[in-house]
Amino acid sequence: MSTGHVLLGLLSRGQQHGYDLKAGHDALFPSARPMAYGQVYAALTRLRDRGLIEEAAVERAGGPERTTYRLTPAGRDELEVWMSAAEHPPSEVNNPLATKLNVALVAGGPDEGALFLRRQRSAHTARMRDHTQTKRAADATLTQVLAADYALSHLDADVRWIDDALARLGEITREVTP
Amino acid sequence: MSTTPLIATGLRHAYGNRPALAGIDLRIEPGDFVVITGASGSGKSTLLHALAGVIVPDAGSVRFGDVSVSGASEEARSALRRTRFGVLFQFGQLVEELTAVENVALPLLLGGMPRRTAEARAGEWLGRVGVAEVAGQVPGELSGGQAQRVALARALVSEADILFADEPTGALDSLAAEAVMDLLSELNADLGATIVLVTHEPRVAAYGRTEVHLRDGRIDTLSSYGQDDVIAQALR
Repeated sequence: MSTGHVLLGLLSRGQQHGYDLKAGHDALFPSARPMAYGQVYAALTRLRDRGLIEEAAVERAGGPERTTYRLTPAGRDELEVWMSAAEHPPSEVNNPLATKLNVALVAGGPDEGALFLRRQRSAHTARMRDHTQTKRAADATLTQVLAADYALSHLDADVRWIDDALARLGEITREVTP
Repeated sequence: MSTTPLIATGLRHAYGNRPALAGIDLRIEPGDFVVITGASGSGKSTLLHALAGVIVPDAGSVRFGDVSVSGASEEARSALRRTRFGVLFQFGQLVEELTAVENVALPLLLGGMPRRTAEARAGEWLGRVGVAEVAGQVPGELSGGQAQRVALARALVSEADILFADEPTGALDSLAAEAVMDLLSELNADLGATIVLVTHEPRVAAYGRTEVHLRDGRIDTLSSYGQDDVIAQALR
């Protein structure tokens, strides 16, 4: 995710200053790390230097100066192009479970591998229950439901992989000990 | 809400030479939401059918209070499924010639309730599962999600103590499946209905409070939501 494009998206609502943008980001992505002010201002500077945003006003209301920014036509074009383009699907999926399973198979054999997989399966299903409860909460926002859906889909894929791996380990064990 | 646990002891069952259940002991507490998971052929549907009295296991027993489910005659088990147990399958198995409300009223009519009373109660249940508007339609006119809700109403219309569901979302897309699972969770939470559900889908299993994971006809893992180390008690 590009911080700059998120800020362009937030600025499409109208002109805002850095504090508003940080608050807008944190409200839109409640499960993500809150955006640091330094990150906001560095990104705003880059966007301004590229001509994608411009200063709209400088406010001073009993405190330090606050600059509000707005999208330029170039910024609006950039946002449109970014929103409509598909993200590249990852060519390789990072799988820490496979790393640990492979080490367990080398160091401990199929029984050790299966034990790890069963423990991991329980940990995954417990987390899936948490996300399911989050989604079902009466006060869940659409953003929270979409985030939980995404997490559930990925955990679901992991659990299916774990089940397949356990079945394959069972086949290996049966071959070794007929 | 029933206060009676369902207790299975030493369940074994085979189809010809192929073992399906290889010794299962399980206690299902009233009000629990139990999901039975496992690979194809692990015995999960056989276990559900034995618990619900759909089949009689080769060995072992299923008891519901002072009722021996596994020792009862076909007629007595059939009566049990009309009164204390509700059963829901992957494809709702509605009677095609009957309207939704007539389908839901069927168990009540078979139990001897007058038609008008039975259909009034069936109509209430259609409302409870969110499909009151399809009461006069036949199954061929319903979407998959609507048909499964009608089947759920039929399974529960006799105020069943336990609902047994075999892959109830297997024929539905993920949002329709979610709606059915949300409904089951509400019935479990609001009415205290005990639910025992078979699924091969991790996302569906995530609705349960207790997961019974089978492998080769045995309980591989028994997990209860909210307990930290479920493995210690569970690995067999």
